[in-house]
Order: sequence, then C-alpha cells, then structure tokens
Amino acid sequence: MSRYVLPLVAVVVLVVFLVVGLKRGDPKALPSPFIGKPAPEFELPTLKDPSATIASEDLQGKPALVNVWATWCVGCRAEHPFLLELAAENSIPVYGINWRDTRAEALRWIEQLGDPYIASGFDGSGRVGIDWGVYGAPETFLVSADGVVLHKHLGPLNRQAWERDFAPLITTGGGAAQ
Amino acid sequence: MIPEIGQFALILALSLAICQGVLPLLGAYRNDTAMMRVANTAALGQFFFVAVAFACLTWAFLSNDFSVLYVANHSQLSLPTMYKVSAVWSAHEGSLLMWILILCAWTVAVSRFSSELPATFSARVLGVLGLLSVGFLLFAILTSNPFDRLSPPASDGADLNPLLQDPGLAIHPPLLYIGYVGFSVAFAFAIAAMLSGNLDQKWARWTRPWTTLAWLFLTLGIMLGSWWAYYELGWGGWWFWDPVENASFMPWLIGTALIHSLAVTEKRGLFKSWTLLLAITAFSLSLLGTFLVRSGIIVSVHAFATDPTRGFFILAFLATVVIGALVLYAWRAPALDSDVGFSPLSRETFLLLNNVLLVVAATLVLMGTLAPLVIELMNGGKISIGPPWFEVAFMVPMIPLVLLLGLGMHTAWRKQDKRSWYTVFRIPAIAAILLGIVLPLMFYGRTGLLLAVGFSAALWIIATSLIQPIRSLRRKDGSAGITRSALGMSVAHLGMGLFVLGVTVTSAFNVESDRALKPGESTDVGGYDFAMLELRNVEGPNYSAIEGVIEIRKDGELVATVRPQKRQYLVQKNWMTEAGIHATWNKDLFVALGDQLGNGAWSVRVQYKPMIRFIWFGAIIMALGGLIAVSDRRYRLKASKTSRASSAAAESA
Repeated sequence: MSRYVLPLVAVVVLVVFLVVGLKRGDPKALPSPFIGKPAPEFELPTLKDPSATIASEDLQGKPALVNVWATWCVGCRAEHPFLLELAAENSIPVYGINWRDTRAEALRWIEQLGDPYIASGFDGSGRVGIDWGVYGAPETFLVSADGVVLHKHLGPLNRQAWERDFAPLITTGGGAAQ
Repeated sequence: MIPEIGQFALILALSLAICQGVLPLLGAYRNDTAMMRVANTAALGQFFFVAVAFACLTWAFLSNDFSVLYVANHSQLSLPTMYKVSAVWSAHEGSLLMWILILCAWTVAVSRFSSELPATFSARVLGVLGLLSVGFLLFAILTSNPFDRLSPPASDGADLNPLLQDPGLAIHPPLLYIGYVGFSVAFAFAIAAMLSGNLDQKWARWTRPWTTLAWLFLTLGIMLGSWWAYYELGWGGWWFWDPVENASFMPWLIGTALIHSLAVTEKRGLFKSWTLLLAITAFSLSLLGTFLVRSGIIVSVHAFATDPTRGFFILAFLATVVIGALVLYAWRAPALDSDVGFSPLSRETFLLLNNVLLVVAATLVLMGTLAPLVIELMNGGKISIGPPWFEVAFMVPMIPLVLLLGLGMHTAWRKQDKRSWYTVFRIPAIAAILLGIVLPLMFYGRTGLLLAVGFSAALWIIATSLIQPIRSLRRKDGSAGITRSALGMSVAHLGMGLFVLGVTVTSAFNVESDRALKPGESTDVGGYDFAMLELRNVEGPNYSAIEGVIEIRKDGELVATVRPQKRQYLVQKNWMTEAGIHATWNKDLFVALGDQLGNGAWSVRVQYKPMIRFIWFGAIIMALGGLIAVSDRRYRLKASKTSRASSAAAESA
C-alpha cells in the first residue's frame, strides 16, 4: 500500500517548499537573506577594461554602495540622476554591477548619461547576480566597511529612500568600522 | 468595445467549462445519459467562446488598440504585422489565453475522435478536461485578464521584446503549449480510468495516440527553442539548463517514459499503476513548469514578470490537481495492478529499465532546478547549479539508456531466446564499437574515451534501429511488412541516434574563439580563415544595425560570406545579436559580433561547430517517428469498426 501513497507524500512536501519559497519570493515583503551577512564573494571584469577586474576586496575599508544596473532597465534610467548626485556629493563610493547587458550598450549609456560608479563589474551572464540574489534591476546593496550587507533596496533609488533607509545605517556602519 | 466582447466571451467560456466539468462527471456517477451528453456540446461551445476571446485580443493588436494595457505593453505601431500576431502570446496574459485555447482544442478533438469510447468513460475524460479548463479560466479572469484597459490610452506601445521578434520564437510557444497541454489528455484518461476502477489494454490503446501526439509536439517545441537560442542569443550554445528549459524538458522525459510504459500496458496488461503515475506526473510537471515560469520563484532568463498573486494561484491550482489525482491514485491504483510475470530477458524488462532511467533523469533535472531554492530556504545561502553539474549528472542515466535502447528494440515480449538474441547484435555491436573509434580519428584526427563511447553509442542506436525497416524491405512477397507502430519506433530511435551523434561530435570538436577584429584583419579558427572585410550600417523596419561582412576561406578558397549583425531596436533601445551562420549538413561556421572595443575593432565570437545540425535534425526525426506511430492503422481501424458496430446496434435496437 505504502508505495501507492509515496508519490502523494513527495508532492505534499514539494508543495510546502514551494509555498515557503513563494512567500520568500515576494521581493517587496521580505528583506534579502543576506542582510547582516558577509556580501557574496565576486570577481568580475570591469566594464571599461575587460582585462582589469573588480572583486569583493576592492569594496572593503569603507561603507560602499553596490548598484545592480542594466541598460535595458527603465528603473535604472530613472535612478541614474540620483546616483550621479550621490557620487557628486562624495558621501559614499558607488560601485556598479552591469547585469545581463552588453558591454557596448553599457559603455554608451555611461558616456551619454554620465558615470556615477568608481567602477562597474560586467556581469553579462548574470552569474554574480544570482549569487547576490538579484531579482531584477535596479537593486542597490549597502555594504559595510568590513564587507557585511547592511541593506538592500529594490527598484529605483531616490533621495527619500536614501535618507530613510541608507543614511542612518552609514553613520552606524561607519562608526563600527572605526 | 471589441476587448469587452473578448472579456464576456471568456466569462461565458468559464460558465460552459463549469457545465463541462460538473455535469458529465455527475452523469457518469449516476449513469444519466442526458447529463453525460452535455460534455460534447459544452466543449464545443467553450472552444468557440475562447476562440472569440483570442480573436478579440488579436484584433486589438492588429488595430493598435493601445487602450488595452496588454497591447500597449507588448506592441508598437511600426511592429511588423507578423509580430503583432505573435505578440498576442508573447507575455503572460496572452500566452495563458493561448494555453486555454489549446486545451479547448484538445478537448474538442478528444470529443470528436472518441466516439468508440464507452459513453461513461468519455464523459469522465471530458469532465476532467473541463475541470482543468475551469482552473485556467479562473486564473485568467481573476489574476491575468488580457483585456484590462489602460486609461488614458497610450499614444504608442512599448514594443515587443526584440528577442521575441523572430519567426522561430513566434511558433515555438504554440508548439510547446500543444505539447504541454496535450499531456492533459493522458492525465484525463488516467483519472477517468481510476474513477471507473477499470483499466484494461483497450484503455492503453486509446491513450497511446494522444500521448504520442502531445509528445511529438513537445519534441518539436523544445527543438525550436533550442535552435532559436543558438542563433539568436549569440552564444552559440544549444542548451543552457536554464530553469525554464528544464521545465519543458522534464515533462518530455516523463512523457517519453509514459509512451514506453503505455506500450507495455497495451501489449501485456502490465505496469498499470506505473503508467497511471507517469500520466499524472507528465501533466503535473507541465503545470509545475507553468508555475516556475510565471511565479518568478526562480531566476531565469525566460521568466515572465513576477507577480506573487499569480504564483499563489497557480500553486493552489497545481496542488489541488496533483494532490487530488494522487489521492485518487493511492486509493484506486492498488486494485488495478495485475500479477502477470515476465522473464528477466524480455522486452518488459528493458522497458522497465527505460522507465527507471528516464524517471531518474527527470528527477535529476528537477533536483537541479529546485536545489537553489531548497538550499536557500534551508538557510544554506544562495547557490547556483550550472550546466557543468547537469551535464555530468545527466550522463549517468543517459549512457546506460542509449546502450539498452538498442537491445530492447530486438527483444521479444515475455521471454527472449538467448541464442537468437546474440546473433542479432553481433554485427551491429562490433561495427558500432570499431567505427566509433575509427571514424572520429579519420574525420577529426583524434579520439578519446568519452568521445568513443558517445560515437559508438550513437552508431549502435542507428544500426539497431535500422535492422527492422531493412528486414521489412528485403522480405519475401506475401510476408507481413513492418507495422506503422514498429516503423515509428525505429524512426524515433534513429532520430535519437542522430541526436546523440550530433551532441557527441559538437561537444568534442567544437572550436570557440573570441577575437578582436578590425576591418581588414582576419583570424583562423578550426582550419578556416575568417576575414572581416568591412563594417557597415544597415536599416531594418524597426531597428538599425551594424553589420560585419566576413569572408570565410579554407586553404585560400572562398567557402562563404556571412553577415552577422548587431541590431538596435528603435523603441526599447536594446541591442540584439544576429549571428552570421554558414550551415552545411556536417558543420556550422558561426560568427557573432560581440562588443565594440574602440578604435574600430569589435570583439567577434567565431565558432566551428561540427555536426550541430544533427541535434535538431535528430529531434525532428524523433517527432516524425511519433507521427508515423500515431498513424498506425490499429488506432483507426478499431475506431471505425466499433462505431460501425455501435451504429448497427443502434439501428437494430
């Protein structure tokens, strides 16, 4: 008898997993599982020079922003002016991960719209995006001086979200580093 | 106005689906003929109204009605007419509508061609299909209405994703859906059999052609998807183990197992509960595929826009359907199994092994697809399982499968005599092993363990699948020829052999190289010289492109000129790669423009892909084998005989 029930049990277990997964999968409701954990290791060729690389270590020493962007993403275009403002204020180093994009298009974008990034890693295949749990561009991570993810913002970043979610963490995060 | 007609038509279709889902099942339970008869009419009416809805949506696209949100998001004024039509099923809402339309078409086909089935049985089958349709129509109407209005209307649309502006991709989803949804027929047959508590060899004969038909469409759909990815994504790969590809591949593997298991059930009355389980699983995996693609639970290049409400709806529907079916299975299947024995050396044994290996393969793919999710939920962090894992894991069941396949084809039912068995295989086996080592050395100049295994296995399948057709051709007059069923099997297996050959040779001898090229420069790949003559600008209807003109020469002689393009579509502004491919039967020379590197140079990806066409050609041959098998006379003869008999019975009564 039990062999006829076995498939049922397997499916019930699977469905439970999927329900839990779907709850997690609501990107607006739950924070990234990385919050408070070390940022995933990565090493990518930089956008401007494929022979140079940017890696996790380059981010350390100071709190930094990691912005996942792509030229096909409308939200990225919307948040771009704000990223430029942030870069101009010199309040925090901004790094980019150019995600599932083509190099030529990304270079043209930066040429036309301005470059807020200290450096952008080029993640054409989206592999690093998967490691970082990226659901869709744009996403912005706040990484502390010792490489811990402090906050993750989904969707276009703006002044309001910055003041509310990022700025308070930077002072405390910076304090911890000192 | 037209979109509202579509909306009403969908609601009317839902009402009819409810009639079709409830009344015939109730009628079959109470043995009430009038109630059972509702099924045919309701199915036809439902098909009509869904077709009206589909036509309304198509009209909205053709007439550039940007007051419809879905149209505004996925079309644009200058989009070529052909892509305005294919844009109907380019995203979630429309493709769901198409899914429902195909389900209705299958249902009408079943009701048309099932006149030989007992009335209660066909009422149950149509009832189950009606219930499935209720679920999908509710899903469409409640969460994914394609007719939602946009106010104020947009002046122009956001355009169809350029990746989808391709003839291959215009017909890939319909074929895939015909396959996916087709498994719902086998599912409905399985449920009907369990409800009636009666599963005989006739049941398997009814189910077989429907299953094979669904399987052959799925085969073609997957093949087209793979071919599209090859020439459109610009990477030169043909399979990426992406979750969404896996979602279509798992039902294919289980569907293949089902076809083989049904053969045993029809010929020998064995494996009954196993066949039922496979029929349930094949369709459940189709549903799971829908869920994975449309809920955004897994990261994929193909994923539709994510929406948790939709995810929960499909999950609830999936759980209801699958758990309902499996409860019925746990309750009814034990009584259906029969204890007929077979000897260890018999076709039954080989088909059992086939089933086990295919199910193992499907399980591995399922595990690989869900593992990142499961590990993440168990707080193991994010992992990504890439192609390397799949390629190794998948080989484990596949190598024995292809070797056993050749043996199984020539093994008798019940019990096979050992001596005559060895005689059949002596020549094919020796030839396959020798040629498998010699041919790669001769044509490509090297060999290796995995290569020799793959090459020999491919030749082994090809040789063994040709034995029966050749014997049939050389038979003496008067002796019986090969049946369509057996011929279909031979052809499908031949396709499998060609496929394995293509995969083996391509992966062993493929040469891939990324170079920076300026006009006037050239590079050597796989013994061919690729010279970039010029780069120029080209204007298309809704894109502008940079085109490289590249001459391919071998030993100084011109082989071909290819023109790879990098296109920028004007509305969405994204860049698309159109690879330049020179294809002959035994090799592809593939050139794709990569990125602009500055000072006039472009990164160019040049690939030499020997025998890659065999991969898709093999898949087409497999599907052709399915078509030949479906056309077997015994499926139709019985039908006309019984219907004549039943009409005669009706007259005499």
